Amino acid sequence: MTATSYSLAELMICVAATAFENDGEVLATGIGVIPRLGASLAMSTTNPDLMMTDSEAYLLSEPNPIGTRSEDFVQHNETWMGFSRIFDNVWSRKRHAMIGPTQIDRFGQSNISALGSDYSQPKIQMLGVRGLPGNSISHANSFFVPNHSTRVFVAGECDVVCSIGFNPERMPKGYNNDDIDIRLVITDICVMDWQGPNHSLRLVSVHPGVTVAEVIEKTGFEIHIQENTPTTSAPTAEQLALIATFDPHNLRAKQLKDNPPGVRPVAS
Amino acid sequence: MNKLQTASQIVAQLQDGMTIGIGGWGPRRKPMALIREIIRSDLKDLTIVSYGGADVGMLCAAGKVKKVIFAFVSLDFIPLEPYFRKAREQGQIEVTEIDEGMLLLGLRAAAWGCPFIPTQVGLGTDVITNNPDLKVIDSPYDDKEWVAMPALKLDAALVHVDRADERGVCRIAAPDHHMDDWFVRAANKAYVTCDELVTSDHFHAPEVSRQVFWERSLTTAVCHIPGGAHPSSCAPFYGIDNSHFLAYNKSAKDGGFTAYCEQFIDGKTEQEYQALFGGIDALRQIPQTSY
Repeated sequence: MTATSYSLAELMICVAATAFENDGEVLATGIGVIPRLGASLAMSTTNPDLMMTDSEAYLLSEPNPIGTRSEDFVQHNETWMGFSRIFDNVWSRKRHAMIGPTQIDRFGQSNISALGSDYSQPKIQMLGVRGLPGNSISHANSFFVPNHSTRVFVAGECDVVCSIGFNPERMPKGYNNDDIDIRLVITDICVMDWQGPNHSLRLVSVHPGVTVAEVIEKTGFEIHIQENTPTTSAPTAEQLALIATFDPHNLRAKQLKDNPPGVRPVAS
Repeated sequence: MNKLQTASQIVAQLQDGMTIGIGGWGPRRKPMALIREIIRSDLKDLTIVSYGGADVGMLCAAGKVKKVIFAFVSLDFIPLEPYFRKAREQGQIEVTEIDEGMLLLGLRAAAWGCPFIPTQVGLGTDVITNNPDLKVIDSPYDDKEWVAMPALKLDAALVHVDRADERGVCRIAAPDHHMDDWFVRAANKAYVTCDELVTSDHFHAPEVSRQVFWERSLTTAVCHIPGGAHPSSCAPFYGIDNSHFLAYNKSAKDGGFTAYCEQFIDGKTEQEYQALFGGIDALRQIPQTSY
Protein backbone atom coordinates (compact mmCIF):
# COMPACT_ATOMS: atom_id res chain seq x y z
CA MET A 1 0.00 0.00 0.00
CA THR A 2 1.37 3.42 -0.96
CA ALA A 3 1.96 5.68 2.02
CA THR A 4 0.18 9.02 2.05
CA SER A 5 2.72 10.87 4.15
CA TYR A 6 6.48 10.48 3.83
CA SER A 7 9.57 12.63 3.86
CA LEU A 8 11.79 13.40 0.88
CA ALA A 9 14.59 11.51 2.64
CA GLU A 10 12.35 8.43 2.86
CA LEU A 11 11.48 8.74 -0.81
CA MET A 12 15.19 8.89 -1.67
CA ILE A 13 15.91 5.86 0.54
CA CYS A 14 13.30 3.84 -1.37
CA VAL A 15 14.75 4.91 -4.71
CA ALA A 16 18.24 4.07 -3.43
CA ALA A 17 16.95 0.58 -2.58
CA THR A 18 15.88 0.04 -6.21
CA ALA A 19 19.49 0.56 -7.30
CA PHE A 20 20.47 -2.70 -5.58
CA GLU A 21 17.49 -4.91 -6.37
CA ASN A 22 18.90 -6.69 -9.44
CA ASP A 23 22.49 -6.89 -8.21
CA GLY A 24 22.51 -10.50 -7.05
CA GLU A 25 25.15 -11.51 -4.51
CA VAL A 26 27.35 -8.42 -4.18
CA LEU A 27 28.59 -6.19 -1.37
CA ALA A 28 26.24 -3.21 -1.12
CA THR A 29 28.10 -0.19 0.24
CA GLY A 30 25.99 2.89 0.91
CA ILE A 31 28.13 5.77 2.20
CA GLY A 32 26.01 8.16 4.26
CA VAL A 33 22.70 7.66 6.03
CA ILE A 34 20.33 7.68 3.01
CA PRO A 35 22.42 5.37 0.75
CA ARG A 36 23.07 2.99 3.68
CA LEU A 37 19.38 2.84 4.57
CA GLY A 38 18.59 2.24 0.88
CA ALA A 39 20.99 -0.72 0.80
CA SER A 40 19.55 -2.02 4.10
CA LEU A 41 16.02 -1.77 2.73
CA ALA A 42 17.01 -3.64 -0.45
CA MET A 43 18.74 -6.39 1.54
CA SER A 44 15.66 -6.90 3.71
CA THR A 45 13.15 -6.86 0.85
CA THR A 46 13.95 -7.09 -2.87
CA ASN A 47 17.45 -8.63 -2.73
CA PRO A 48 18.20 -10.81 0.32
CA ASP A 49 21.38 -12.06 -1.44
CA LEU A 50 23.13 -8.70 -0.87
CA MET A 51 26.10 -8.52 1.47
CA MET A 52 26.76 -5.62 3.82
CA THR A 53 29.40 -4.64 6.37
CA ASP A 54 29.14 -3.07 9.81
CA SER A 55 31.14 -0.12 8.36
CA GLU A 56 34.07 -1.30 10.41
CA ALA A 57 35.39 -4.86 10.11
CA TYR A 58 32.68 -7.52 9.74
CA LEU A 59 30.32 -8.72 7.03
CA LEU A 60 26.76 -9.07 8.33
CA SER A 61 23.97 -11.48 7.43
CA GLU A 62 21.46 -8.76 8.24
CA PRO A 63 22.01 -4.99 8.32
CA ASN A 64 22.75 -3.23 11.61
CA PRO A 65 20.36 -0.49 12.71
CA ILE A 66 22.18 2.81 12.24
CA GLY A 67 23.68 4.71 15.21
CA THR A 68 23.98 3.78 18.88
CA ARG A 69 22.57 0.34 19.69
CA SER A 70 21.54 -1.17 23.02
CA GLU A 71 24.22 -2.88 25.13
CA ASP A 72 22.72 -6.33 24.55
CA PHE A 73 22.56 -5.93 20.76
CA VAL A 74 24.46 -8.72 18.98
CA GLN A 75 25.25 -8.03 15.35
CA HIS A 76 24.92 -10.91 12.89
CA ASN A 77 28.52 -11.39 11.73
CA GLU A 78 29.23 -13.81 8.92
CA THR A 79 32.92 -13.13 8.27
CA TRP A 80 35.74 -10.75 9.09
CA MET A 81 35.96 -7.97 6.50
CA GLY A 82 38.69 -5.53 7.50
CA PHE A 83 39.74 -2.73 5.17
CA SER A 84 42.54 -4.66 3.45
CA ARG A 85 40.01 -7.35 2.52
CA ILE A 86 37.57 -4.75 1.19
CA PHE A 87 40.04 -4.25 -1.66
CA ASP A 88 40.03 -7.98 -2.41
CA ASN A 89 36.24 -7.64 -2.70
CA VAL A 90 36.48 -4.47 -4.84
CA TRP A 91 38.89 -6.11 -7.27
CA SER A 92 36.67 -9.23 -7.45
CA ARG A 93 34.02 -6.83 -8.86
CA LYS A 94 31.32 -8.20 -6.53
CA ARG A 95 30.32 -4.80 -5.18
CA HIS A 96 27.99 -1.87 -5.79
CA ALA A 97 28.84 1.37 -4.02
CA MET A 98 26.61 4.43 -3.66
CA ILE A 99 28.40 7.62 -2.69
CA GLY A 100 27.71 11.35 -2.67
CA PRO A 101 30.29 13.23 -4.77
CA THR A 102 30.78 17.00 -4.55
CA GLN A 103 30.98 17.29 -8.35
CA ILE A 104 29.63 15.14 -11.21
CA ASP A 105 30.29 15.98 -14.89
CA ARG A 106 28.63 15.04 -18.18
CA PHE A 107 30.91 12.00 -18.56
CA GLY A 108 29.79 10.53 -15.22
CA GLN A 109 33.17 11.43 -13.72
CA SER A 110 33.05 12.54 -10.09
CA ASN A 111 35.09 14.51 -7.55
CA ILE A 112 35.53 14.28 -3.77
CA SER A 113 39.18 15.36 -3.72
CA ALA A 114 39.58 19.12 -4.07
CA LEU A 115 38.04 22.20 -5.70
CA GLY A 116 39.79 24.86 -7.76
CA SER A 117 41.87 25.06 -10.91
CA ASP A 118 45.33 24.92 -9.28
CA TYR A 119 45.98 21.39 -8.03
CA SER A 120 49.15 22.43 -6.20
CA GLN A 121 47.13 24.88 -4.13
CA PRO A 122 43.43 23.98 -4.23
CA LYS A 123 40.78 26.51 -3.34
CA ILE A 124 39.17 23.91 -1.09
CA GLN A 125 40.93 20.71 -0.08
CA MET A 126 38.32 18.02 0.50
CA LEU A 127 38.77 14.32 1.28
CA GLY A 128 41.20 13.12 -1.36
CA VAL A 129 40.37 10.59 -4.09
CA ARG A 130 39.83 7.85 -1.46
CA GLY A 131 38.77 4.59 -3.16
CA LEU A 132 36.95 6.16 -6.13
CA PRO A 133 39.53 5.37 -8.84
CA GLY A 134 39.46 1.68 -7.93
CA ASN A 135 35.71 1.50 -7.33
CA SER A 136 34.89 3.13 -10.66
CA ILE A 137 36.97 0.78 -12.80
CA SER A 138 36.14 -2.34 -10.80
CA HIS A 139 32.43 -2.49 -10.02
CA ALA A 140 28.99 -0.85 -10.18
CA ASN A 141 28.60 2.64 -8.75
CA SER A 142 25.63 4.91 -8.10
CA PHE A 143 25.54 8.53 -6.99
CA PHE A 144 23.55 10.25 -4.28
CA VAL A 145 23.08 14.04 -4.46
CA PRO A 146 21.21 15.77 -1.62
CA ASN A 147 21.31 19.20 -3.31
CA HIS A 148 20.78 18.98 -7.07
CA SER A 149 22.39 22.12 -8.53
CA THR A 150 24.79 23.36 -11.19
CA ARG A 151 27.47 23.40 -8.48
CA VAL A 152 27.25 19.60 -8.31
CA PHE A 153 26.38 18.86 -11.95
CA VAL A 154 29.15 21.03 -13.36
CA ALA A 155 29.29 22.47 -16.87
CA GLY A 156 32.92 21.51 -17.50
CA GLU A 157 34.96 18.55 -16.26
CA CYS A 158 35.28 17.89 -12.54
CA ASP A 159 38.13 19.89 -10.95
CA VAL A 160 39.77 16.60 -9.92
CA VAL A 161 38.56 13.54 -11.82
CA CYS A 162 38.48 10.89 -9.08
CA SER A 163 36.42 8.23 -10.89
CA ILE A 164 36.55 7.02 -14.48
CA GLY A 165 33.50 7.76 -16.61
CA PHE A 166 32.47 7.73 -20.26
CA ASN A 167 35.01 10.32 -21.42
CA PRO A 168 36.49 9.20 -24.76
CA GLU A 169 39.60 11.33 -24.23
CA ARG A 170 40.41 9.52 -21.00
CA MET A 171 39.39 6.00 -22.02
CA PRO A 172 42.42 3.75 -21.37
CA LYS A 173 43.90 1.56 -24.07
CA GLY A 174 41.97 -1.70 -24.30
CA TYR A 175 38.86 -0.29 -22.58
CA ASN A 176 35.47 0.86 -23.84
CA ASN A 177 32.25 2.21 -22.34
CA ASP A 178 31.01 -1.32 -21.56
CA ASP A 179 33.81 -1.65 -18.99
CA ILE A 180 32.37 1.25 -16.97
CA ASP A 181 29.27 0.53 -14.88
CA ILE A 182 27.65 3.73 -13.58
CA ARG A 183 24.07 3.16 -12.47
CA LEU A 184 21.58 5.52 -10.85
CA VAL A 185 21.90 9.15 -9.81
CA ILE A 186 19.44 9.88 -7.02
CA THR A 187 18.94 13.54 -6.12
CA ASP A 188 16.54 15.57 -4.02
CA ILE A 189 14.47 16.39 -7.13
CA CYS A 190 14.78 13.42 -9.50
CA VAL A 191 16.23 10.07 -10.51
CA MET A 192 18.62 9.76 -13.46
CA ASP A 193 20.84 7.16 -15.12
CA TRP A 194 23.56 7.13 -17.80
CA GLN A 195 21.54 5.40 -20.52
CA GLY A 196 21.06 8.48 -22.75
CA PRO A 197 22.78 8.58 -26.17
CA ASN A 198 26.53 7.73 -25.79
CA HIS A 199 25.99 7.10 -22.07
CA SER A 200 24.84 10.65 -21.42
CA LEU A 201 22.82 11.51 -18.33
CA ARG A 202 19.14 10.63 -18.77
CA LEU A 203 16.17 11.68 -16.67
CA VAL A 204 14.31 8.63 -15.31
CA SER A 205 11.68 10.22 -13.05
CA VAL A 206 10.96 13.45 -11.22
CA HIS A 207 9.96 13.50 -7.55
CA PRO A 208 6.35 14.51 -6.75
CA GLY A 209 5.78 18.21 -7.46
CA VAL A 210 9.05 18.71 -9.40
CA THR A 211 8.99 19.80 -13.05
CA VAL A 212 11.30 18.63 -15.83
CA ALA A 213 12.18 22.30 -16.44
CA GLU A 214 13.55 22.58 -12.90
CA VAL A 215 15.81 19.55 -13.44
CA ILE A 216 17.14 21.06 -16.68
CA GLU A 217 17.75 24.41 -15.00
CA LYS A 218 19.64 22.87 -12.07
CA THR A 219 21.88 20.64 -14.22
CA GLY A 220 24.99 22.31 -15.65
CA PHE A 221 25.06 20.19 -18.81
CA GLU A 222 22.63 18.67 -21.26
CA ILE A 223 20.42 15.95 -19.88
CA HIS A 224 18.52 13.52 -22.08
CA ILE A 225 14.75 13.91 -21.60
CA GLN A 226 12.23 11.34 -22.83
CA GLU A 227 8.58 12.01 -23.51
CA ASN A 228 6.22 11.76 -20.54
CA THR A 229 8.75 11.58 -17.72
CA PRO A 230 7.09 9.61 -14.89
CA THR A 231 6.85 10.66 -11.27
CA THR A 232 9.03 8.79 -8.77
CA SER A 233 7.01 6.04 -7.06
CA ALA A 234 5.94 6.78 -3.51
CA PRO A 235 7.17 4.55 -0.66
CA THR A 236 4.83 1.89 0.69
CA ALA A 237 3.77 1.75 4.34
CA GLU A 238 5.76 -1.50 4.66
CA GLN A 239 8.90 0.20 3.37
CA LEU A 240 8.49 3.10 5.81
CA ALA A 241 8.08 0.68 8.70
CA LEU A 242 11.26 -1.18 7.75
CA ILE A 243 13.20 2.06 7.32
CA ALA A 244 12.16 3.05 10.85
CA THR A 245 13.54 -0.21 12.26
CA PHE A 246 16.91 0.36 10.54
CA ASP A 247 16.99 4.00 11.68
CA PRO A 248 15.61 4.01 15.24
CA HIS A 249 17.20 7.41 16.05
CA ASN A 250 15.58 9.04 12.98
CA LEU A 251 18.92 10.21 11.60
CA ARG A 252 17.24 10.32 8.17
CA ALA A 253 15.36 13.43 9.33
CA LYS A 254 18.70 15.28 9.61
CA GLN A 255 20.06 14.49 6.14
CA LEU A 256 18.23 17.11 4.07
CA LYS A 257 17.84 20.76 5.07
CA ASP A 258 14.58 21.26 7.02
CA ASN A 259 13.59 17.60 6.35
CA PRO A 260 11.13 18.42 3.55
CA PRO A 261 8.07 16.27 2.78
CA GLY A 262 8.22 13.76 -0.10
CA VAL A 263 5.44 15.52 -1.98
CA ARG A 264 6.48 19.11 -2.58
CA PRO A 265 3.71 21.49 -1.45
CA VAL A 266 2.15 23.53 -4.27
CA ALA A 267 3.38 27.14 -4.11
CA SER A 268 0.61 29.47 -2.99
CA MET B 1 66.22 -9.85 22.80
CA ASN B 2 64.87 -6.83 24.65
CA LYS B 3 63.59 -4.18 22.21
CA LEU B 4 62.16 -1.75 24.73
CA GLN B 5 62.96 1.90 24.03
CA THR B 6 61.59 5.29 25.01
CA ALA B 7 59.71 7.50 22.56
CA SER B 8 62.60 9.95 22.48
CA GLN B 9 65.07 7.13 21.74
CA ILE B 10 62.89 6.06 18.82
CA VAL B 11 62.51 9.56 17.40
CA ALA B 12 66.27 10.10 17.74
CA GLN B 13 66.74 7.33 15.14
CA LEU B 14 64.63 9.17 12.56
CA GLN B 15 66.37 11.60 10.22
CA ASP B 16 65.50 14.64 8.15
CA GLY B 17 64.16 13.75 4.72
CA MET B 18 63.07 10.21 5.65
CA THR B 19 59.99 8.53 4.21
CA ILE B 20 57.85 7.49 7.16
CA GLY B 21 54.73 5.32 7.03
CA ILE B 22 52.14 5.71 9.76
CA GLY B 23 49.70 2.91 10.64
CA GLY B 24 46.04 3.18 11.66
CA TRP B 25 43.20 4.68 9.61
CA GLY B 26 41.78 8.23 9.87
CA PRO B 27 40.92 8.69 13.57
CA ARG B 28 41.68 5.07 14.54
CA ARG B 29 44.78 3.55 16.20
CA LYS B 30 47.31 6.21 15.26
CA PRO B 31 50.70 6.29 17.07
CA MET B 32 49.95 9.80 18.33
CA ALA B 33 52.45 9.78 21.22
CA LEU B 34 55.24 9.32 18.64
CA ILE B 35 53.70 12.04 16.48
CA ARG B 36 53.80 14.39 19.50
CA GLU B 37 57.44 13.38 20.12
CA ILE B 38 58.31 14.18 16.47
CA ILE B 39 56.61 17.57 16.82
CA ARG B 40 58.84 18.28 19.86
CA SER B 41 61.95 17.25 17.85
CA ASP B 42 64.01 19.09 15.21
CA LEU B 43 63.03 16.66 12.44
CA LYS B 44 62.04 18.17 9.10
CA ASP B 45 61.42 17.50 5.39
CA LEU B 46 59.64 14.23 6.02
CA THR B 47 57.67 12.33 3.40
CA ILE B 48 54.62 10.86 5.12
CA VAL B 49 52.70 7.81 3.85
CA SER B 50 49.40 7.39 5.65
CA TYR B 51 45.70 6.59 5.61
CA GLY B 52 45.66 10.01 7.13
CA GLY B 53 44.05 11.58 10.15
CA ALA B 54 45.35 14.03 12.73
CA ASP B 55 48.80 12.42 12.40
CA VAL B 56 49.16 14.03 8.96
CA GLY B 57 47.39 17.26 9.97
CA MET B 58 49.57 17.85 13.02
CA LEU B 59 52.86 17.05 11.26
CA CYS B 60 51.91 19.43 8.42
CA ALA B 61 50.93 22.17 10.86
CA ALA B 62 54.20 21.72 12.75
CA GLY B 63 56.21 22.22 9.55
CA LYS B 64 57.67 18.70 9.57
CA VAL B 65 56.37 17.64 6.16
CA LYS B 66 57.81 18.02 2.68
CA LYS B 67 55.40 15.64 0.98
CA VAL B 68 52.34 13.53 1.78
CA ILE B 69 51.53 10.30 -0.06
CA PHE B 70 47.83 9.75 0.64
CA ALA B 71 44.38 8.68 -0.55
CA PHE B 72 42.54 10.71 2.07
CA VAL B 73 43.16 12.75 5.20
CA SER B 74 40.04 12.79 7.37
CA LEU B 75 38.80 12.57 10.93
CA ASP B 76 35.67 10.71 9.65
CA PHE B 77 33.02 12.46 11.75
CA ILE B 78 34.84 15.70 10.90
CA PRO B 79 35.28 14.93 7.19
CA LEU B 80 37.98 17.48 6.39
CA GLU B 81 41.17 17.43 8.46
CA PRO B 82 41.61 21.15 9.32
CA TYR B 83 45.41 21.45 9.30
CA PHE B 84 45.97 19.25 6.26
CA ARG B 85 43.39 21.41 4.52
CA LYS B 86 45.29 24.57 5.51
CA ALA B 87 48.62 23.16 4.34
CA ARG B 88 47.13 22.22 0.96
CA GLU B 89 45.20 25.43 0.42
CA GLN B 90 48.30 27.47 1.22
CA GLY B 91 50.37 25.33 -1.16
CA GLN B 92 52.83 24.40 1.61
CA ILE B 93 53.30 20.72 0.82
CA GLU B 94 53.93 18.42 -2.12
CA VAL B 95 51.50 15.57 -2.58
CA THR B 96 51.19 12.21 -4.26
CA GLU B 97 47.45 11.56 -4.17
CA ILE B 98 46.55 7.96 -5.02
CA ASP B 99 43.69 5.51 -4.51
CA GLU B 100 43.41 3.72 -1.13
CA GLY B 101 44.01 0.36 -2.83
CA MET B 102 47.00 1.69 -4.78
CA LEU B 103 48.59 2.71 -1.48
CA LEU B 104 48.11 -0.85 -0.25
CA LEU B 105 49.68 -2.23 -3.46
CA GLY B 106 52.63 0.15 -3.09
CA LEU B 107 53.27 -1.13 0.44
CA ARG B 108 52.92 -4.74 -0.75
CA ALA B 109 55.37 -4.15 -3.62
CA ALA B 110 57.89 -2.78 -1.12
CA ALA B 111 57.26 -5.69 1.24
CA TRP B 112 57.73 -8.23 -1.55
CA GLY B 113 60.78 -6.58 -3.09
CA CYS B 114 58.97 -5.83 -6.38
CA PRO B 115 59.65 -2.52 -8.19
CA PHE B 116 55.92 -2.20 -8.91
CA ILE B 117 52.60 -4.03 -9.01
CA PRO B 118 50.39 -3.69 -12.10
CA THR B 119 46.82 -2.55 -11.48
CA GLN B 120 43.95 -1.07 -13.43
CA VAL B 121 43.22 1.26 -10.50
CA GLY B 122 43.81 4.90 -11.41
CA LEU B 123 43.25 4.53 -15.16
CA GLY B 124 41.08 7.26 -16.65
CA THR B 125 41.40 9.52 -13.58
CA ASP B 126 43.50 12.49 -12.46
CA VAL B 127 45.54 10.12 -10.29
CA ILE B 128 47.47 9.55 -13.52
CA THR B 129 47.53 13.15 -14.79
CA ASN B 130 48.42 14.69 -11.40
CA ASN B 131 51.27 12.22 -10.78
CA PRO B 132 53.58 12.37 -13.82
CA ASP B 133 56.01 9.95 -12.12
CA LEU B 134 53.32 7.26 -12.06
CA LYS B 135 53.89 5.14 -15.18
CA VAL B 136 51.24 3.49 -17.32
CA ILE B 137 52.68 0.48 -19.13
CA ASP B 138 51.76 -2.15 -21.71
CA SER B 139 51.23 -5.71 -20.55
CA PRO B 140 53.22 -8.60 -22.01
CA TYR B 141 50.09 -10.76 -21.65
CA ASP B 142 47.16 -8.68 -22.96
CA ASP B 143 46.38 -5.62 -25.06
CA LYS B 144 45.42 -3.34 -22.20
CA GLU B 145 47.44 -0.67 -20.45
CA TRP B 146 48.15 -0.97 -16.74
CA VAL B 147 49.22 1.39 -13.97
CA ALA B 148 52.63 0.35 -12.61
CA MET B 149 52.12 1.19 -8.93
CA PRO B 150 55.67 1.66 -7.61
CA ALA B 151 56.89 0.18 -4.34
CA LEU B 152 56.42 2.58 -1.44
CA LYS B 153 59.64 1.83 0.40
CA LEU B 154 59.59 3.24 3.90
CA ASP B 155 62.62 4.22 5.92
CA ALA B 156 60.50 3.75 9.02
CA ALA B 157 57.01 2.64 10.00
CA LEU B 158 55.30 3.93 13.14
CA VAL B 159 52.35 1.88 14.45
CA HIS B 160 50.36 1.61 17.66
CA VAL B 161 49.09 -1.75 18.94
CA ASP B 162 47.09 -2.69 22.00
CA ARG B 163 49.60 -5.22 23.34
CA ALA B 164 53.23 -6.17 22.76
CA ASP B 165 56.01 -7.97 24.58
CA GLU B 166 59.59 -6.75 24.92
CA ARG B 167 60.74 -9.02 22.08
CA GLY B 168 58.46 -7.22 19.60
CA VAL B 169 55.56 -9.65 19.36
CA CYS B 170 52.59 -7.35 18.71
CA ARG B 171 48.87 -8.02 18.99
CA ILE B 172 46.06 -5.99 17.45
CA ALA B 173 42.83 -7.09 19.14
CA ALA B 174 40.86 -4.21 17.60
CA PRO B 175 38.27 -5.31 15.01
CA ASP B 176 40.60 -4.22 12.21
CA HIS B 177 44.40 -4.18 12.07
CA HIS B 178 44.02 -1.92 8.99
CA MET B 179 47.17 -1.98 6.81
CA ASP B 180 49.59 -1.96 9.76
CA ASP B 181 51.16 -5.28 8.79
CA TRP B 182 51.93 -3.91 5.32
CA PHE B 183 53.40 -0.68 6.74
CA VAL B 184 55.67 -2.80 8.94
CA ARG B 185 56.67 -5.10 6.06
CA ALA B 186 57.34 -2.15 3.71
CA ALA B 187 59.69 -0.48 6.18
CA ASN B 188 63.39 -0.70 6.82
CA LYS B 189 62.69 -0.15 10.55
CA ALA B 190 59.36 -0.58 12.35
CA TYR B 191 58.74 1.23 15.63
CA VAL B 192 55.77 0.12 17.72
CA THR B 193 54.06 1.77 20.65
CA CYS B 194 51.75 -0.38 22.77
CA ASP B 195 49.00 0.34 25.25
CA GLU B 196 49.90 -2.68 27.36
CA LEU B 197 53.25 -4.41 27.78
CA VAL B 198 52.70 -8.15 28.28
CA THR B 199 54.83 -11.21 28.91
CA SER B 200 55.27 -13.72 26.11
CA ASP B 201 52.78 -16.22 27.55
CA HIS B 202 50.07 -13.67 26.68
CA PHE B 203 50.21 -14.93 23.08
CA HIS B 204 49.98 -18.68 23.76
CA ALA B 205 46.23 -19.06 23.20
CA PRO B 206 45.46 -19.68 19.49
CA GLU B 207 42.78 -16.97 19.34
CA VAL B 208 45.36 -14.48 20.64
CA SER B 209 48.20 -15.55 18.34
CA ARG B 210 45.73 -15.22 15.43
CA GLN B 211 45.75 -11.49 16.25
CA VAL B 212 49.52 -11.18 15.70
CA PHE B 213 49.96 -10.01 12.11
CA TRP B 214 53.72 -9.90 11.63
CA GLU B 215 56.76 -11.75 12.94
CA ARG B 216 58.79 -10.17 15.74
CA SER B 217 61.89 -10.08 13.47
CA LEU B 218 60.21 -7.12 11.73
CA THR B 219 59.73 -5.12 14.94
CA THR B 220 62.72 -2.84 15.53
CA ALA B 221 61.68 -1.35 18.87
CA VAL B 222 58.77 -1.37 21.31
CA CYS B 223 57.73 1.55 23.48
CA HIS B 224 55.16 1.11 26.24
CA ILE B 225 52.83 4.13 26.22
CA PRO B 226 49.38 3.46 27.74
CA GLY B 227 46.92 5.76 25.95
CA GLY B 228 49.52 6.44 23.24
CA ALA B 229 46.93 6.52 20.43
CA HIS B 230 44.89 9.34 22.01
CA PRO B 231 42.94 11.24 20.62
CA SER B 232 42.53 8.44 18.05
CA SER B 233 41.04 5.14 19.24
CA CYS B 234 42.70 1.96 20.43
CA ALA B 235 40.05 -0.74 20.73
CA PRO B 236 39.35 -2.52 23.01
CA PHE B 237 40.80 0.01 25.47
CA TYR B 238 39.32 3.35 24.35
CA GLY B 239 37.35 4.93 21.52
CA ILE B 240 37.86 8.05 19.41
CA ASP B 241 37.93 11.20 21.61
CA ASN B 242 35.32 13.15 19.65
CA SER B 243 35.30 16.11 22.01
CA HIS B 244 39.06 16.50 21.72
CA PHE B 245 38.90 16.30 17.93
CA LEU B 246 36.18 18.98 17.95
CA ALA B 247 38.45 21.24 20.02
CA TYR B 248 41.39 20.40 17.74
CA ASN B 249 39.26 21.27 14.70
CA LYS B 250 38.20 24.53 16.33
CA SER B 251 41.81 25.42 17.15
CA ALA B 252 42.53 25.68 13.42
CA LYS B 253 40.13 28.63 13.28
CA ASP B 254 40.90 30.22 16.65
CA GLY B 255 44.46 30.16 17.95
CA GLY B 256 46.02 27.97 15.27
CA PHE B 257 48.40 25.08 15.82
CA THR B 258 50.82 27.14 17.92
CA ALA B 259 48.14 27.58 20.56
CA TYR B 260 47.17 23.89 20.33
CA CYS B 261 50.82 22.91 20.78
CA GLU B 262 51.32 25.19 23.75
CA GLN B 263 48.28 23.65 25.42
CA PHE B 264 48.86 19.98 24.62
CA ILE B 265 52.33 19.19 23.25
CA ASP B 266 55.18 21.63 23.95
CA GLY B 267 57.35 20.57 26.87
CA LYS B 268 54.84 17.97 28.07
CA THR B 269 55.32 14.32 28.92
CA GLU B 270 52.58 11.88 27.92
CA GLN B 271 51.51 11.73 31.58
CA GLU B 272 51.20 15.53 31.70
CA TYR B 273 49.29 15.46 28.39
CA GLN B 274 46.90 12.80 29.65
CA ALA B 275 46.40 14.64 32.96
CA LEU B 276 44.68 17.37 30.92
CA PHE B 277 41.94 14.81 30.19
CA GLY B 278 41.80 13.28 33.69
CA GLY B 279 44.63 10.77 33.23
CA ILE B 280 44.80 7.33 31.66
CA ASP B 281 41.86 5.94 33.66
CA ALA B 282 39.51 8.64 32.36
CA LEU B 283 40.88 8.25 28.85
CA ARG B 284 40.08 4.54 28.91
CA GLN B 285 36.44 5.35 29.64
CA ILE B 286 35.99 6.90 26.17
CA PRO B 287 33.41 4.63 24.48
CA GLN B 288 33.89 2.94 21.11
CA THR B 289 32.02 4.49 18.17
CA SER B 290 29.06 2.54 16.82
CA TYR B 291 28.55 3.07 13.11
